[in-house]
Amino acid sequence: MRTDLPGPRHEWLDDDAGPVVRPYTLTGGRVHPSSDGFDLVAYVTAKPDPDLAAYPELHPEHRLLVELAGRGTPVVELAADLDLAVGVVRVLLGDLLSRGLVAVHQPPRATYLPDNDILKAVVDGLRAL
Amino acid sequence: MDSVRYDGERRGHRVPIALKILIAGGFGAGKTTLVSALSEVRPLQTEEILTGAGIDTDDISGVETKSTTTVAMDFGRITINDDLQLYLFGTPGQDRFWFLWDELAFGALGAVVLADTRRLADCFPSIDYFEQRGIPFVVGVNCFDDSRRFSLEAVRKALDLDPDVPMVLCDARDRQSGKTVLISLVEHVARQRGEPVPTA
Repeated sequence: MRTDLPGPRHEWLDDDAGPVVRPYTLTGGRVHPSSDGFDLVAYVTAKPDPDLAAYPELHPEHRLLVELAGRGTPVVELAADLDLAVGVVRVLLGDLLSRGLVAVHQPPRATYLPDNDILKAVVDGLRAL
Repeated sequence: MDSVRYDGERRGHRVPIALKILIAGGFGAGKTTLVSALSEVRPLQTEEILTGAGIDTDDISGVETKSTTTVAMDFGRITINDDLQLYLFGTPGQDRFWFLWDELAFGALGAVVLADTRRLADCFPSIDYFEQRGIPFVVGVNCFDDSRRFSLEAVRKALDLDPDVPMVLCDARDRQSGKTVLISLVEHVARQRGEPVPTA
């Protein structure tokens, strides 16, 4: 339990925060992905029929990500499916992106908000739910 | 190349557009309840990592010595059609997790601030946050069973809201009610862009 941790209590650690973890063990200590831009709702698509055997250095989690990404899954859903923190998943996705095993499809930016047709489609879609 | 970033080109199949909407408000205002009521799947959860020291390091030794913890993020999904999905993110309720708000708010379509009339002041920080960053928001006044009903005008005055910020009475447990709040947000976004969505 967190309350049994040795040493002085850290300001971040209490019942509202999550458990103490070593989340970046899986990434070999890397906390930043090799490329930016894995927005929470960026869609990741896996390369069709990837030859994962050619990449023995990849972890099982990498392979699961390729499998889960399939035809397109947002970063945040991949993290939820894998039960890994978003920060960790971003690093793993960076590894896959640099090997050409996945593609990343960025969402529209705030400065470049969806056009009125999209907003109208959202309103119509919500009304129809 | 297969690693190209999204540029509108779609190979073989279409990748939907995902729009982010934040659900904010004070602790216990009904954020998670509203996300649950609206999401087509049970609300999903993931975590973002907090580190006590600065997070701008790639140094393994730094990571080893840092106390690391995570904060949970609740989110839900609404599929509008094959090309369009809404992602609803409940914001962390505590001030010290503000940095996570910046990530959630980045590129967001807008926000719903849930107000609990029993603890109206709890939603002030959320309103300040969105006002300062120019993120469109609406205020949903969550009608708890045991709370006194206030007039929307009284709440607007108490919150010192701009007259053009929509306010909606809602019941965070009710899907139809939640939909009404989201629709008022999207219409507000469209109005701010000078292209009002015609009312059906």
